[in-house]
Amino acid sequence: MTSVTHDESAYVPPAEVEEPELYHPKTFVGKYIWSQDAKVIAVQYAITAIGIGLVALVLSGIMRLQLGFPHVFSFITPSNYLQFVTMHGMIMVIYLLTALFLGGFGNYLIPLMVGARDMVFPYVNMVSYWVYLFAVLLLVASFFVPGGPTGAGWTLYPPQAILDGTPGHNWGIILMCVSLAFFIIGFTMGGLNYVVTVLQARTRGMTMMRLPLSVWGIFMATILALLAFPALFVSAIMMTLDQALGTSFFMPALVSKGQHLNYNGGSPILFQHLFWFFGHPEVYIVALPAFGIVSDLIATHARKNIFGYRMMVWAILAIGGLSFIVWAHHMYVSGMNPYFGFFFATTTLIIAIPTALKVYNWVLTLWRGNIHLTVPMLFAIGFVFTFINGGLTGLFLGNVPVDLPLSDTMFVVAHFHMVMAVSPILVVFGAIYHWYPKVTGRMLNDTLGKFHFWFTFLGTYAIYYPMHYLGILGVPRRYYAVTGTEFIPQSAHSLNEGITIAALIVGAVQVVFLYNLIWSYFKGKPAGGNPWRATTLEWQTPQTPPKHGNFGATLPVVYRWAYDYSVPGAAEDFIPQNQPPSKKARGLEQTLDAGELGAQTRSASGAPKPVGGSS
Amino acid sequence: MAIAVGWLVRQTLNVKPWIEQRPVKNVDGEGALPLPPVKVGLGVFLAVATSLFALLVSAFFMRKMGADWTRLAVPRVLWLNTVLLLLSGVAMQWTRAAARRGQIDGVRSGLIAAGVFTFAFLAGQLWAWQQLNASGYFVATDPAAAFFYLLTALHGLHLLGGLWVWGKTTAKVWRGVEVGAVRMSVELCTVYWHYLFLVWLVLFALLLST
Repeated sequence: MTSVTHDESAYVPPAEVEEPELYHPKTFVGKYIWSQDAKVIAVQYAITAIGIGLVALVLSGIMRLQLGFPHVFSFITPSNYLQFVTMHGMIMVIYLLTALFLGGFGNYLIPLMVGARDMVFPYVNMVSYWVYLFAVLLLVASFFVPGGPTGAGWTLYPPQAILDGTPGHNWGIILMCVSLAFFIIGFTMGGLNYVVTVLQARTRGMTMMRLPLSVWGIFMATILALLAFPALFVSAIMMTLDQALGTSFFMPALVSKGQHLNYNGGSPILFQHLFWFFGHPEVYIVALPAFGIVSDLIATHARKNIFGYRMMVWAILAIGGLSFIVWAHHMYVSGMNPYFGFFFATTTLIIAIPTALKVYNWVLTLWRGNIHLTVPMLFAIGFVFTFINGGLTGLFLGNVPVDLPLSDTMFVVAHFHMVMAVSPILVVFGAIYHWYPKVTGRMLNDTLGKFHFWFTFLGTYAIYYPMHYLGILGVPRRYYAVTGTEFIPQSAHSLNEGITIAALIVGAVQVVFLYNLIWSYFKGKPAGGNPWRATTLEWQTPQTPPKHGNFGATLPVVYRWAYDYSVPGAAEDFIPQNQPPSKKARGLEQTLDAGELGAQTRSASGAPKPVGGSS
Repeated sequence: MAIAVGWLVRQTLNVKPWIEQRPVKNVDGEGALPLPPVKVGLGVFLAVATSLFALLVSAFFMRKMGADWTRLAVPRVLWLNTVLLLLSGVAMQWTRAAARRGQIDGVRSGLIAAGVFTFAFLAGQLWAWQQLNASGYFVATDPAAAFFYLLTALHGLHLLGGLWVWGKTTAKVWRGVEVGAVRMSVELCTVYWHYLFLVWLVLFALLLST
């Protein structure tokens, strides 16, 4: 047992805080529409992201209908199918997951968790949301323009993205590129806030190494996004110029339908490099916040400190750094130099090390923990399972000789859905069940939550496990129909039907979740300030939901790290970060240090009362 | 990136937060950079812009390997523009010095000089576009010309963003506020102008090297 020194001199009175220069909304519109309060902006981001995400969910249902029952639905034409594939992918990755993790959870959690009154640039933060909304509307508009949205696949590879045969090669692709450019501008505004708030606006005593891992994950993901999104920005602009003004950045000399096009000498591979220089960090932009949040969920609901906090922080940093030098593993089939492929295969395998460390640490945190199988915990454990599954197939695909035959098959689809679709979305659900009580003051319904979890968790396995097998058989991705193909056996078609049925059930179950969100807002059980008995600052606010300014008259002072759960000798099984150490606790610690077993039983008489705990 | 890593190491990533109970220092945001948030914000934004221009430069070099690449005769006026942008940066620096000394008159004339030089630079860039167009190179004619238009346009847009802040600051000075109310804006503008001058030097060298 390491000695813990608690003494009165460690107590620091809260700082004399001047009346903060907050923006004070006077009208309903100022408070909820043109709001500069990070918490309101977070909810705006979350509702918009979930709304557009539902569109993408419906699109995936239509795709699955086509794949499971080809030639049955006359309204799904080959062009439509490609458009639905494209929009589903782009919406889910960028407009749902990135926006929800960084714009939604980032805005809500960063100021509360670091003990700030708001983001450092509230006005810029507000503009960020409205630019994001504009980008979403541009994206939606592409469904209604002549030719429809682009059908180039979410990777938008040229030259086919702007050639005649591709659906939406006119308006669709331009709206897509412009929408992405606006998304990036909006995100940059928000991202500046997230980074500078974490760096500069932490409250007294909140050192970087006392930050909850949620903040670390969101912080690092934001840095990745700020540095990686410019690559997408550049490629979106060049693509727009190629399509609208006829430049040849990406477009090579081409003969299309017997006609020489006016393009000359452009490099499609250049686009792939730019796209994946953004695209691979994007995986971690989605994954790192999930890693951080799930660490906090597991520690809180297992009533145990996170195993290897320092290692977790280092792993987040290592993953962030490495994610910039693995991008070409998406391009093994582009005819690259074998040494180039070897380099990227090596870096890809190296990034598995910090990732595996994190997985071990989650499992070791659960080990002999006091596990409460609450709904957030179920989703967190579900995440660990799914992430291991998806991560292992990543090791397969990271090796050049294994990737070559599997490239562009259903195996790839299964891999990235497990690792960067299902895993992060399970964390999103877990996080919503965890923080909804703080956002609304009411608990989500537990029974509906468990129903939602089991159907989603088992359902996604019913969808994606068989898909690996289809991929190994050689079933290609993005094909409208593979009937009448010699090498694909009948069993693969019946498997596809089964996958479709599972996908439709999982999709329908999400309605239960939405119903729960709305029903609980009005009828849910009142939550109180700290229903999960958690240590971090957002649960110690004087009001729930927190008012504008977050912490009332004085900002909290932080005395300890975020994971003081089940501390021997403490009165409760958690000690909030803002609870000062006391002399009485010191006496107890010393007895413990002397090795007197049974000291914990004495805690009832002499231990400090937590400040601001569940009261 | 190296700066980020160096900073993180300084954050004592080696501390053991679970046993460490050292007294809380009586400062807000322990380990924060000793700078006001807006300056840190500008720094982060410059990192984003650097990433953008660095990616454009690498795209330029990759595209340059194409078989159809030809040399581009860059309009002469760009040399004059370079001097104009340099002068606007010098004027900004001079404004900053005046703001530090608390001379509102100096700030006013400095801001106007910087604005005039900057607008002259932008007009010169448009003039260069005009010349290039007149000599038969529009954006789709030639890959080097396409990069010329793209790079100058993006650089010019960044400068326009700076001019927006410059405009708000100048308007404040015009309304007769204290120097203290604009000192920070002037400092931020100065840094931003110097940064965009450096970026321009890189882009100009690139365009000369086609």
